[in-house]
Amino acid sequence: MIEVKNIKKSFGEKVVIEDVSAVMKAGQCNLIIGSSGSGKTVLQKCMVGLFEPDEGAVLYDGQNFTEMKGQEKTEIRKEIGMLFQGSALFDSLNVQENVMFPLNMFTKDSYKKKLERVNEVLARVNLVDANKKFPAELSGGMKKRVALARAVVLNPKYLFCDEPNSGLDPLTSLVIDKLIKEITVEYNITTVINTHDMNSVMEIGNYILYMYLGNKEWEGTNKEIIFSKNQRLNDFIFASEFLQDAKDMRMLEETGKISNNRNMEELMDKDAPTLVPPPDEEN
Amino acid sequence: MAFLFSYCILAHYMTIFNDIGRYLLMLKGMFSKPENGKMYWKEFIHQCTEIGFGSLGIVAIISVFIGAVSTIQTAYQLVSPLIPPSTIAQIVRDTVILEFAPTLVSIVLAGVAGSRIASELGNMRVSEQIDALEIMGINTKTYLILPKIVAALLMIPLLVVIAMCLGILGGRLAGTASGIISGSIFDKGLLEFFVPYNVIFALIKAYVFSFIIASIPAFYGYYVKGGALEIGRASTKAVVVSCILILFADYILSALLL
Repeated sequence: MIEVKNIKKSFGEKVVIEDVSAVMKAGQCNLIIGSSGSGKTVLQKCMVGLFEPDEGAVLYDGQNFTEMKGQEKTEIRKEIGMLFQGSALFDSLNVQENVMFPLNMFTKDSYKKKLERVNEVLARVNLVDANKKFPAELSGGMKKRVALARAVVLNPKYLFCDEPNSGLDPLTSLVIDKLIKEITVEYNITTVINTHDMNSVMEIGNYILYMYLGNKEWEGTNKEIIFSKNQRLNDFIFASEFLQDAKDMRMLEETGKISNNRNMEELMDKDAPTLVPPPDEEN
Repeated sequence: MAFLFSYCILAHYMTIFNDIGRYLLMLKGMFSKPENGKMYWKEFIHQCTEIGFGSLGIVAIISVFIGAVSTIQTAYQLVSPLIPPSTIAQIVRDTVILEFAPTLVSIVLAGVAGSRIASELGNMRVSEQIDALEIMGINTKTYLILPKIVAALLMIPLLVVIAMCLGILGGRLAGTASGIISGSIFDKGLLEFFVPYNVIFALIKAYVFSFIIASIPAFYGYYVKGGALEIGRASTKAVVVSCILILFADYILSALLL
């Protein structure tokens, strides 16, 4: 479990995070959502110690990470895995060497044992026969999967993912989301994900923290988010009419009502939402 | 107007002092216990290969030609029949040992190895590879910068010694090929009035320059912010600052030790 207590962070005059508190539970996908510039990446970097918060504390299973120094901090960091937005794979190392890097650095296992573990995690992220490929030869989705394999190779207790779906097509995004979810449950990891992908929110968000201009605006689950009365959150998640329609359909099914400001006839007249583009009228 | 000018000057000096402070903190931060000695050794060997063997070709070419040119130009200037031809060899030997091999080779290495170090670290910073290492619990200053500096301290003086030998050999080849001086007279001149301290002085310079060549680009690369454009700028700035510091250190060392 990770607890964030009254975190504040400024860069010069600009206050990026104002007094944010949250509890991220183990075995769950904890999502931090918000529009660009809302402070979610800074909050995550404060949690992993890449930024020092101005005030407040981050507790890993009750241990105050913010107050730790040197070796103590290193010990906690060994239990953290992180999937970066750009994957952050080491360019000069191939897939196998990238994934083996944490094992080489922190274990004294034999090469054979390390290779077994590398192949095991690569198989877990559905990447076989890619061991000898270099990052430059991989697609975006493959890079994310290698980065995920590297993040979990040491069996971390905490997994952080910064925009895991950015730059990926919807299908690959779904694969990555499912993988993260499965790994989280399988290894009982406390997973913290920064995203603004609503598909991820609905698919894997056990706990969702919505940030707005450096503040915690709303928190809840993926079931509660649909029915939230928070206007800013609604503006964020239902920015597309497609999602608004989907919400109203679901509300209609469950409660027999739709959003106050919408017209029932207008909704019912609409064709079923489709992703297939309309045929060219001229043809 | 005067106020604005003073403000600009003050801001400029504040930036310099700020950079010096961060540079010293970076050097201090390098000294921590390695997480895994074997991995650090591997990185050190990799850096020795990159800095040493990676620059050997250019160092060899430059050294041979500089030795050759200095023989021809010395002969051109020594027109008096009272000066024996073996003096050409003495001048070439001392010029190559005292100045050309350590200083010129270091300036070339600041461009070759220095820009590589700055752009490698800059790319790692921008693509979050340094953050990834930090999160794994690795001291990135120790793992990424220290092996580069130690490798430079080992390999660059070796390159300077090679440059000395090749420079003198180039001078001999040019002298004999152009008929300025015979090989035997050149060899005789090389052994006359030889001061071993000159080699020691050149090696002291090589060690100081090695530290500059590795640490200054490492500083600019490690703290780069932004994207590809900033990596290029950091790399250029690293080479320019390294070259200026090498020339400045050259003057200080010459004034103090000669």
